[in-house]
Amino acid sequence: MATGLHPSSGDSSTIAIGSGDAIGDINKYDFRTDSPAVFKARRGIDAGIVAQISEMKREPAWMRDFRLKSLEIFNSKPMPHWGGDIAVNFQDIFYYLKPAEQQGKTWEEVPDAIKKTFDRLGIPEAERKFLSGVKAQFESEVVYGSLQEDLAKQGVIFTDTDTAVREHPDLLREYFGRIIPPTDNKFAALNSAVWSGGSFIYVPKGVKIEFPLQAYFRINAESMGQFERTLIIVDEGAQVHYVEGCTAPMYSTESLHSAVVEIVVKKHGRCRYTTIQNWANNIYNLVTKRAMAYEGAMMEWIDGNLGSHLTMKYPAVYMMEPGARGEILSIAFASAGQHQDAGAKLVHAAPNTSGRIVSKSISKNGGRASYRGLVRVEPGARKSRSSVVCDALILDDKSRSDTYPYIEIEEQDVSIGHEASVSKIGEEQLFYLTSRGLTEAEASTMIVSGFIEPLVKELPMEYAVEMNRLIELQMEGSVG
Amino acid sequence: MTAAGQEKLVISGLHAAVDGQEILKGVDLEIGRGEIHALMGPNGSGKSTLGYCIMGHPSYEVTAGSIELVEADGTRHDLLAMEPDQRARAGVFLAFQRPMSIPGVRLADFLRHAVTNVRNPDRKEGQELMPMRDFRSELKAKMADLSIDTEFARRYVNDGFSGGEMKRAEILQLAMLRPKFAILDETDSGLDADAVRLASQSIARIGGAEMGILIITHHEQLLEHNIPLRTHVMLGGRIVESGGPELAAELHKRGYERIRAAYPEAAAAERSLQDAATSNAPHPVTA
Repeated sequence: MATGLHPSSGDSSTIAIGSGDAIGDINKYDFRTDSPAVFKARRGIDAGIVAQISEMKREPAWMRDFRLKSLEIFNSKPMPHWGGDIAVNFQDIFYYLKPAEQQGKTWEEVPDAIKKTFDRLGIPEAERKFLSGVKAQFESEVVYGSLQEDLAKQGVIFTDTDTAVREHPDLLREYFGRIIPPTDNKFAALNSAVWSGGSFIYVPKGVKIEFPLQAYFRINAESMGQFERTLIIVDEGAQVHYVEGCTAPMYSTESLHSAVVEIVVKKHGRCRYTTIQNWANNIYNLVTKRAMAYEGAMMEWIDGNLGSHLTMKYPAVYMMEPGARGEILSIAFASAGQHQDAGAKLVHAAPNTSGRIVSKSISKNGGRASYRGLVRVEPGARKSRSSVVCDALILDDKSRSDTYPYIEIEEQDVSIGHEASVSKIGEEQLFYLTSRGLTEAEASTMIVSGFIEPLVKELPMEYAVEMNRLIELQMEGSVG
Repeated sequence: MTAAGQEKLVISGLHAAVDGQEILKGVDLEIGRGEIHALMGPNGSGKSTLGYCIMGHPSYEVTAGSIELVEADGTRHDLLAMEPDQRARAGVFLAFQRPMSIPGVRLADFLRHAVTNVRNPDRKEGQELMPMRDFRSELKAKMADLSIDTEFARRYVNDGFSGGEMKRAEILQLAMLRPKFAILDETDSGLDADAVRLASQSIARIGGAEMGILIITHHEQLLEHNIPLRTHVMLGGRIVESGGPELAAELHKRGYERIRAAYPEAAAAERSLQDAATSNAPHPVTA
């Protein structure tokens, strides 16, 4: 989104915005272009704000109506009765901010803990400023430009969702809000009303994208917003691996992040969606993620959750046709003041479908990690198989781990397994490692890294390396 | 007695307890670098406890006595004041009778970390590890030397290892860490005759003039290639008799009846220790 505000402007409440033509095209960013329209940012949510967001994005009527309808649903829905305590004042939040407004602060204002993490992760200077919100855009076109050309030749669409609404209305109208309707839950409704940014991917029939697509390639403030909306369509026989987020801490002065991710995997398609997120400790991270997998299709969610005040996230796979497969691997790390209520959902809606959930959680320094999962077998989904394994590692007596497995089976001829284990780092393991010269902190970190290794090895190499460094950081000061 | 000017591990008047139960009741032992000592004795006499005390197991409380490293020039280092990792960096190694499994951690990764720390005693957490290339080539050479398949290094530490594999992994670590003093706690237990012979040969190859070794064993086979300078017999938490290699052969052949008869007080202590050991075993048996 082009912006008309010079970054040094002192007035943050009245913003001149650009023509909108440049949305998603970061090459056209120009901070100095003045333009006539005026958007008054204010806190709170009502029909006026929602209409204004839609108008500002120059959206078609159907999307504006969708937003307004979603707002009504949001207002009528109760808060979730499970998970953690959501102490969010909905009228005290900015639901849409121009990138220029988001970049209001200076490097000096970024908390030391965040800067230290950047150092330890070896994040380049330019990215640090973006990630900490000091800089609103990240110059990534050098990396991404040639990739995008290759993809375009194969008919792949990879853009931000705002752009997709304008440029690919047919695909959007067919799928947007169909996998996760606004009626699904209060936060899906909220996102539907005020969403901004996120990724849109369409992979045509038979096209297999060999390298992981990363949101990082086209990172900008819009795509990394509070209410991003992602839609991925994998056509028949096609294949994609999408990697969302990055392991650097996401720092924001706003406290609510509520994304929606919708995925359709058609006949014999494959999709893997990898998320590693490390939120600042003030964030409520309430995300709805769901995929529909059709005949013989495979959907995998790999979900790593660190940081935040409260995360509630249960990636789901609905296996709609025979032979569909769903796999969800999740890691949650809860430290002081953090509650990770994470899990997974598998719905067997057709015969011969198979699913697997592997969940690993670590809690330390009074952190709380919960696994909450559902396996549902619909009537007629014969010969379906599912297995659930959840392992929790608790690092001290102050910390907590809970398991809430829900199983609903409405068919006889199925095979469903559930295993759960809770363990503590054993004194004997620590002694063994320290007797070989590792300090107690190094030994604990090694045990924790080993615990999540089965999932980390599924990550692309650079993410696996960063994940291990993050664990080291999280473990610092946890011993002695 | 060890020669003057030799580096020594010196244990004097050591008393130690677990959960308030005294297990060691005054142990004196001196091992010089380059020497091999055998420690024998019936189950529950305190042999493993001595190994744990030397390495600093947190469940074992030393109530009296000392364990020191004495340098060639006479400088003394109090091991009891050190954490287990500091003892390892000071050059002490314990081969576990039942090593712990660490799922998800590859033997090579763990070992690279351990080797880096032990060879750079002043290394701070987070500093560079030994270069991967150097480590790999050294590990490969050591594994070839000990007839261990290189695939082994990629497996998770002791996870799903057979008894024999665990013991070989311990010997591999001994070879890589090259301690000044090694305590081998029943490195032969659970092995068949061929495996014991292989272990015995491996230890002989690793040892030598640079390493003092205390071999805790019930059998003399492990000593076949590692002729002890001294053989010590432990009973009821004390070393009651010491001798040459012929003592090991005698105990292996005839058992401990002569010893028990000769030291009735220690034999009485042994009986009470065994009762305690069966009622509160501090070490869970791993699968």
